[in-house]
Amino acid sequence: MHAPLLLLGDEAVALGAVHAGISAAYGYPGTPSTEILEVLLRQAKESRSPHVSWTTNEKTALEQGLGTSVVGRRSLVTMKHVGLNVAADPFMSSALVSIHGGLVLVVADDPGMHSSQNEQDSRYFADFAGVPCLEPADAQQAYDMTREAFEISERFHQPVLIRIVTRVAHGKGLVKTAEALPEKPLQKAPAAAPWILIPSNARKQWGERLKNRPELRALMESHPVNELKLENTNRELGVITTGLALAYYRECQSELKRPVSHLHIGAYPFPEQKIRDLAATVKTLIVLEEGYPFVERFLRGVIPPNIEIVGKMSGSIPAQGELTPEIVRKTLGIPSMQGQKLPGGLKLPGRPPQLCPGCPHTDSFHSIKAALASFQPHLVTSDIGCYALGAMPEYNAIETCVCMGASIGMAKGAADAGLHPVVAVLGDSTFLHSGMTALLDAVASNTNMTVMILDNETVAMTGGQTTIVPSPRLKDVVLGLGVSPEHLHVVTTHRKFIEENAKLIRQEVEHPGISVIIAVRECVETAKKKKT
Amino acid sequence: MKYDIVFAGVGGQGILSVAATIASAAISENLHVKQSEVHGMSQRGGAVTGTLRISDSEIHSPLVPLGTADLILSIEPLESLRYLEYLSPEGQLVTAIAPVQNIGTNYPLMEEVLTEIRRLPNSRQIDAERLAREAGSTRAANMVLVGASAAVLPLQPESLRNAVRKLFERKGSSIVEMNLKAFEAGRAAYAE
Repeated sequence: MHAPLLLLGDEAVALGAVHAGISAAYGYPGTPSTEILEVLLRQAKESRSPHVSWTTNEKTALEQGLGTSVVGRRSLVTMKHVGLNVAADPFMSSALVSIHGGLVLVVADDPGMHSSQNEQDSRYFADFAGVPCLEPADAQQAYDMTREAFEISERFHQPVLIRIVTRVAHGKGLVKTAEALPEKPLQKAPAAAPWILIPSNARKQWGERLKNRPELRALMESHPVNELKLENTNRELGVITTGLALAYYRECQSELKRPVSHLHIGAYPFPEQKIRDLAATVKTLIVLEEGYPFVERFLRGVIPPNIEIVGKMSGSIPAQGELTPEIVRKTLGIPSMQGQKLPGGLKLPGRPPQLCPGCPHTDSFHSIKAALASFQPHLVTSDIGCYALGAMPEYNAIETCVCMGASIGMAKGAADAGLHPVVAVLGDSTFLHSGMTALLDAVASNTNMTVMILDNETVAMTGGQTTIVPSPRLKDVVLGLGVSPEHLHVVTTHRKFIEENAKLIRQEVEHPGISVIIAVRECVETAKKKKT
Repeated sequence: MKYDIVFAGVGGQGILSVAATIASAAISENLHVKQSEVHGMSQRGGAVTGTLRISDSEIHSPLVPLGTADLILSIEPLESLRYLEYLSPEGQLVTAIAPVQNIGTNYPLMEEVLTEIRRLPNSRQIDAERLAREAGSTRAANMVLVGASAAVLPLQPESLRNAVRKLFERKGSSIVEMNLKAFEAGRAAYAE
């Protein structure tokens, strides 16, 4: 046994996967999941194993994980919650194939939207696909559950989804590790048919999965993490916690006036019998969940109607945002402590995130604004990345930000609807992730719009990962998609070229068809890192 | 023993290294540790906060409940005031005084900010930037802050020194020495 290590939840997942003997890991960076693959990349550099790479997007990551599985080896696939939307196609069908080498998908949710455009709860996705889901409450569980997930995946021939949330991913705790397992031998799946999801096979596979359902439910029913503690002295109140909520509950448990029966759920499908056993002893059930009211919503179908449910759907707990120690205390009837106040009542101004001093995007935004000032109305669609900060005052340069790559598709829709000029602004990595397909559509109809790719030569917002296509080759990608060379320009974006670049944007906006301008300059943060 | 710290600063100032150093010292004394950080979007020049909880028994929550923190440790004066509701009535605030002026005219007058800090029941202002410059580089301001907190933390100064050594050993002995000098300057400044 080694001394316990202080690890981020993300680091614990990475180490758990290495100790489970993974042969490969794939992912696309996204807060709060990024550090998992960063740790694995460092490991791979030192020991040349496992194979670790950033991928073009989450869909290609999961497909590569499936490939590892079909030849009998274990792989880890990582992404943030909205990334699973991109990977939804392989994910939903991966539930049907007969997973051979264990496949574990770690999805990091961001309740409270610290760094995200929504706060979707990935437990719904696991339930939708019909795959097992594990939900760690801290770094130790993140390590243990990652290891266990590979066993479950191979036993039930399904991928396993591990759902972490921001405070688990970016929370540090001491982790005790266990002995590392070797890699699995290279060995093709025993039969091909379960991997060929033509309708006749798919029907058979889905039937198999449904047949295995009771065995999976039985496993989770007796899973030690789904722990039920009945307090026979209190027939009034019971508490259900899921995932991280356990930490907040344990924290104030000693302050409860009377002991309370408690069921924790960290492994899904959730244990229905344990829920019924708990419900049979109480009149009111408090449900504490980080994320959507996933368990709460299903409770009505499991427990008798006369039991009161206190949770997000009853309105007792805010339906939006993260749980906090205070929300949990209030729900349990424990008063919160009073902190200190500003003695003189000074009004504290906010300090929102902003583009770094010297950021190349600022110069691009100045050019775009100068170019479009004389065209009213106009539309600037944008995307997911640092440049979304172009929405903030001083710039007020962008008008939309929805999902990866949406800027180009939305620009085409707006142009098709009759607006001119329309400019789509997105980063190099976002373009490669999901913008290329939309640009194909625009090329196919020669849509009257202009795409600005802000090429800062890195995936900046998540800390400067390497882009999948190096900057000098980006031009060839765009040409390959069919944009005419006369209307594809590569320029340097810089304070001294603001007017010159504005002139070029004006010229291309006036061209009645699709045009692309790649505005290049390295991210200041990446440049700084190279120096040190 | 249970000791809760709330960290404050502006993205890029190195507040996470302050938390990492203290956490590493606590672990070397076989204490329980839970830490929470927020990475990503909010790091871009925005307000950054984190928590560190140290205890001789098991800790569950990574977050500190309102009104219970023993210490606010801040690397920027305005930011030091942002999380006062977490500070217990007996809690202490230790902050560096060099402002990060990236919000234009929204930044209050410096004197107003420092007066608020001074009027708190238990606060200490440390000229971390100057002390770090004297130690060799303003980049060591965060280690000045670690030094300043040494007097109030339930940890041995030697554990903190070792943690500083460990954090910088990769960068060579002169960087280690400079940061240790910054640490000692912080300790001395707190004692003044």
